[in-house]
Amino acid sequence: MSITLIGKHEKDKRACRDAYVQAMAELMEKDQTVVHVDTDLKSCINTKKLDKYGRCINAGIAEANAMGVAAGLTAAGKKTWIHSFGCFASRRAFDQAFMSAAYAKLGVKVLGSDPGVCAAYNGGTHMPFEDCALYLSVPDAIVIDPADYAMVYDLTKKLTAVEERLSYMRLIRKGVVQVYADGSEFEIGKGVTLKESDHDAAAVIASGIMVDEALKAYEKLLEDGITVRVIDMFTWKPADEELIVKAAKETGAVVTAENHNCTCGLGSVVARVLSEQYPVPVEMTGVHDQFGQVGAQDFLQEAYKLTAEEIIRNVKKVIERK
Amino acid sequence: MLTKDRKIRQAGVIFMQKAEKIQDLREFAAEIRVETLKTIGSLGFGHVGGSMSIADAMAVLYGGIMRIDPKNPRWEGRDWCVLSKGHAGPCAYATLALKGFYDLELTRTLNRPNTNFPSHTDRTKTPDVDLTTGSLGQGISSAAGAALGHKLSGRDNRVFVFIGDGEADEGQVWEAAQFAAHYKLDNLICLVDDNKNQLDGPVDEIMSHGKGLGAKFDAFGWRVIELADGNDVEAVYDALQEACIVKGQPTAIILNTVKGKGAVFAEGTGAHSSQPSAEQWEEAIAAAEAELAAIRAAKRGAGE
Ligand SMILES: Cc1ncc(C[n+]2csc(CCOP(=O)(O)OP(=O)(O)O)c2C)c(N)n1
Repeated sequence: MSITLIGKHEKDKRACRDAYVQAMAELMEKDQTVVHVDTDLKSCINTKKLDKYGRCINAGIAEANAMGVAAGLTAAGKKTWIHSFGCFASRRAFDQAFMSAAYAKLGVKVLGSDPGVCAAYNGGTHMPFEDCALYLSVPDAIVIDPADYAMVYDLTKKLTAVEERLSYMRLIRKGVVQVYADGSEFEIGKGVTLKESDHDAAAVIASGIMVDEALKAYEKLLEDGITVRVIDMFTWKPADEELIVKAAKETGAVVTAENHNCTCGLGSVVARVLSEQYPVPVEMTGVHDQFGQVGAQDFLQEAYKLTAEEIIRNVKKVIERK
Repeated sequence: MLTKDRKIRQAGVIFMQKAEKIQDLREFAAEIRVETLKTIGSLGFGHVGGSMSIADAMAVLYGGIMRIDPKNPRWEGRDWCVLSKGHAGPCAYATLALKGFYDLELTRTLNRPNTNFPSHTDRTKTPDVDLTTGSLGQGISSAAGAALGHKLSGRDNRVFVFIGDGEADEGQVWEAAQFAAHYKLDNLICLVDDNKNQLDGPVDEIMSHGKGLGAKFDAFGWRVIELADGNDVEAVYDALQEACIVKGQPTAIILNTVKGKGAVFAEGTGAHSSQPSAEQWEEAIAAAEAELAAIRAAKRGAGE
């Protein structure tokens, strides 16, 4: 792992989906076995740019079939990615992902775009707060909620190389805040500590769009004289248990932050690890067992309290509970 | 017994009545187009293509076929209309508002905070939206369930369900087709919006339908009516009249339509969703209003 933190809260001008497409173009150029299967959503993530390699297959609006096809392609020796919106890449093809792919030890790589509130104007029917939950329940699967362009680029390549284990990666389609400098490298199963001191009053463990919110919360809390640790736990499964326990031991309190239902997401992963190994108070920032709804992403982040302010509230609350 | 003379005169009256009805439905379709554009245009972007292609069929259903009571949206005896291609929500919202289910102004809250008019039709939010859709392929199954439910209750409610030709990629559509034929759901009528385009491009390029959607429904045991022009109000009216008297099997009406029909920036492009400029919106709404005015003028002319 070698990362360079930018963390200036500035939106990347590039769309995050292009990181996936760029990585895949480089992979397809060199490796004839790399394949992308899409489900009438190439236009949404620009995978039409991969058409020229002849291995970017449109399976139409038929996700369950596409997942089965991806399993078969994998069995036939192809390193196969399959894309749909996160809601459909999980819910609509789950039995196929579970049995035809994961149980059969076929390392299909599933890409779910528009995670959580990023589904914005497509509304509640399209807003996955449960996509990772489904994939967390698959034995030995890899579940990734990446924060930005550099991470998507790097992990697309790393996941492509994984054999036998099913992977699920979320993908934000549009521009996101740039957290890491290009060229940063990540390791599956290893979280990234972004802020750390020897007097942290709590640890904030976040992923995806919530990493930048956590960094904003860090700065505001500093002004109040509270120092917190900030960890990017993009790798929900396998989670970096060692890092989670270390943070609990050294800070004595943990706040989680996710763009997902926290009753079956990052919050519950962290709570399980801690209750088994080193119980400390935990407060969860995320969607609390609610359905999605329609609106602009800003509005939705406020509505579901996926904000730096909420993280700050939770930090203060969790410190009280120490 | 009618004399021959009277019979001819009566046929003439029926003919005139039908001609007037068709004129009214054309006018209603044009109104729906104007309001659909205004609804989506109020936000500036959305699923124009698939909303506009079904405006004529929606006008026929709500203007001439369906039993509804706008004062009582959950009236037990009502016919149901389900947009399995849920992204055409704005067309339903315009249609229902024009029928008086709620104030037209409300549709302008489309996709805004706490709206009851989201991109995809939602039974928990909008009056007279009977089923929730958005994940393609699911609405036709729920529609089949509702049709069976009405039968089990001994009621004669009919269920009309729109599916897209892209949506017909979903295996679930054919599971529903199989179910509906097996249970002889003659109160289920599926309107297939065969506008030749899905999201990534033309259906023939993305995922083709073999011998065609009509042949597929036929193979599943449905009665099939194919319309060369699914935007022709009169043809749709006749087909729906016919479908409503079919016994013992469900009916599919294949509507050969034009995606984006009547939205000048979208028609002919196959575009799935559109985000034109403010000027283009104005131009498109003005063109749709001009079309409506022309239909009204022709109607007045015919009436004189
Ligand atoms: C299960 C599912 N997969 C993907 C989508 C995303 N999607 C929305 S509309 C659409 C294309 C639909 O094409 P078609 O059914 O032909 O609709 P129309 O052309 O009439 O708008 C797609 C892929 C979805 N809503 N549901």
